[in-house]
Amino acid sequence: MTLHTLSVLVENKPGVLARVSGLFSRRGFNIDSLAVGETENPDVSRITIVVNADSSPLEQVTKQLNKLVNVLKIVELDPQVSVARELLLVKVRADRTARAQVLETVALFRARVVDVAPDTLTVEATGTPDKLDALLRDLEPFGIKEMVQSGTVAIGRGSRSITAGPSLRAA
Amino acid sequence: MTRPTPETLAHSARRARTVTEPAGDADHTTPPRAAAPATPAVRPSGPVPVSGAGSLVRSLEALGVDVVFGIPGGAILPAYDPLYDSSVRHILVRHEQGAGHAATGYAQATGRVGVCIATSGPGATNLVTPIADAYMDSVPIVAITGQVARPMIGTDAFQEADIQGITLPITKHNFLVQNAEEIPQVLAEAFHLAATGRPGPVLVDIPKDVLQAATTFSWPPTLDLPGYRPTLHPHGKQIREAARLMSSARRPVLYVGGGVLKAGATESLRQLAELTGIPVVTTLMALGAFPDSHRQHLGMPGMHGTVAAVYGLQKADLIVALGARFDDRVTGKLDSFAPDATVVHADIDPAEIGKNRHADVPIVGDAKHVIDELIAAVTTEHKAGRRTDLHDWWHQLDDLRERYPLGYDEPADGTLSPQYVIKRLGEIVGPDAIYVAGVGQHQMWASQFISYEKPGTWLNSGGLGTMGYAVPAAMGAKAGRPDTVVWAVDGDGCFQMTNQELATCALEGIPVKIAVINNGNLGMVRQWQTLFYEGRYSNTELGTHKHRIPDFVKLAEALGCVGLRCENAEDVDKTIEAAMAITDAPVVIDFTVGKDAMVWPMVAAGTSNDEIMFARGVRPAFDEDDI
Repeated sequence: MTLHTLSVLVENKPGVLARVSGLFSRRGFNIDSLAVGETENPDVSRITIVVNADSSPLEQVTKQLNKLVNVLKIVELDPQVSVARELLLVKVRADRTARAQVLETVALFRARVVDVAPDTLTVEATGTPDKLDALLRDLEPFGIKEMVQSGTVAIGRGSRSITAGPSLRAA
Repeated sequence: MTRPTPETLAHSARRARTVTEPAGDADHTTPPRAAAPATPAVRPSGPVPVSGAGSLVRSLEALGVDVVFGIPGGAILPAYDPLYDSSVRHILVRHEQGAGHAATGYAQATGRVGVCIATSGPGATNLVTPIADAYMDSVPIVAITGQVARPMIGTDAFQEADIQGITLPITKHNFLVQNAEEIPQVLAEAFHLAATGRPGPVLVDIPKDVLQAATTFSWPPTLDLPGYRPTLHPHGKQIREAARLMSSARRPVLYVGGGVLKAGATESLRQLAELTGIPVVTTLMALGAFPDSHRQHLGMPGMHGTVAAVYGLQKADLIVALGARFDDRVTGKLDSFAPDATVVHADIDPAEIGKNRHADVPIVGDAKHVIDELIAAVTTEHKAGRRTDLHDWWHQLDDLRERYPLGYDEPADGTLSPQYVIKRLGEIVGPDAIYVAGVGQHQMWASQFISYEKPGTWLNSGGLGTMGYAVPAAMGAKAGRPDTVVWAVDGDGCFQMTNQELATCALEGIPVKIAVINNGNLGMVRQWQTLFYEGRYSNTELGTHKHRIPDFVKLAEALGCVGLRCENAEDVDKTIEAAMAITDAPVVIDFTVGKDAMVWPMVAAGTSNDEIMFARGVRPAFDEDDI
């Protein structure tokens, strides 16, 4: 099985996320990550779903998603020609002796410190899931007190837009 | 016994309203068609000041609704006030499940959208089974439910249930109406969604305060469904490829499903079949789509299908699936189903194509358009001299039909044979009546031993297998087509789930006829216990024989119906004829039949279609065939 990233454009209406996520569980698919937010059109929301599936079941779930009346468009993003990012916030143990080393790691990954306490630093990082995994691996020895991660958001490279098109104007 | 005469109750009420009823039901020979979009039946109007409830009822009138089935209650109560003065006929059922199945029966018999109404909480949850049933069989119904007032939603208020959440997986779409201004648009969208594309149930949940709110009504509303674009016209390239295969295959089969009935494509199907000479099988949901008496009809495929139909699919080199979905009851063990077949799969729902069986030629489109275009493309192939010779194929199939016809043995214990009862019913009543079955042995025998010649004459619960479907669905069918004779063939188990709707039938002047095939047991379960559980009959004996509890004749009379009983073969014809002679009240016949009859042929669940049993211990000899 491989990871697939689906960009699902939906009508911005109550309950749509429940319809989409319910469909995945009902049809036996595991969602690896899910992120939802507004688009440049306030009537349209965009759900980015990373799903672990073979191509044939993936086709079935895409077709089932397309049947949802509130779903406007589904595009699978090819990782080769798209940009995918996650956001990570992590609270790392960093007393006076360890602080310099932690800051060095943070700088290496081009992450940022967003909060400071006497014995911890809170670090913000964005990147691909691989990069964030690597950062966490390097921070682990200092002691991770708490962490939170967003789902992946992704967008295709180049000038083309998946939100253009007649089907979306009416939404 | 007093029973309502045609002058009482709803009879007279309905007669006064005949002006609002669509004409043409009396000679309903054209196939019912579910694809009619929600066109306004009234002149554009508005804006008129009304309550939300008034807007709801006016919307139903504008959508051409002639009858709804329901039960009032607290949250839906505001809607019942304007309904009191409406041209829409409301049939007060005894249980909301009955309202839902009645809407389904109405829709299946007429091709129009069926409507049921319930209050919030338990009223709405009682609709869950019929909604799931309609979803599985793609029947266009709209369920309207009351909901607690908006400020109360989410507070575990009295009679609150999240019916929108509950029905999410079993509706084509559902709505929670947030303000009264939306009502006409939501209703129009609900009817449009239910009836077009792949039909299905749509639920509209309306909070009580929305029904009470002051608003305006204007018609027609504008539909706003940007994400809903069903594909009706098939792709020309795929059609040509299918036609090429149909003109060159040596062992082709047309595998016809319920989609052909829903698309009103039965006449086109006959033309395609006769043009190509290809054998036809019709699924349980498609009986009546192709005449049973037609020489090219092999019968029903699947678990209790004919040997010829099962074998035909199994040995085919080309399967052309039209509005069918390769259900497990048809394919048996999927990975050994039709191993040599190239598959052309045409369906209006793209998600059905390739779901269970890989499609070599996928075709998305309405079955009517697909079949019409196939006729044109095959004609082109024929003109170019490409035509296949099916002589050997028909020789094999005819041989199987001759050796393994549908049949049954008379019970050794001298009891009445259920198959004989059902066979005689079909022969006496004829192909113009509507037959409605419950679920179980009687359903399979009704599918096997009654000859279906016309679309819309066979109603049953195929996908969900809902026991208790028959009585309320027959009520709905009769309400929709009052001039057609409607027979329910029910089991004693099924009948005891929903027979209270006979009180509705008696009071509302809906004279359905019910043949209870009473074998005193949950017959199909008992058959499985006989075959797979060493005859250990755990909890399948119902006592309707041994104790005559209930006594179906007395029960029928208590419900305002005529009750008849038949216990031996000599009385079968005259009992059916006596029932046919009664036209002013519902009739129930208790056919007391033997408990040991079994449904054959049978492909046991989870086994390959190659393992079909013609009768207990008898496997058809396939291997001698030189395939």
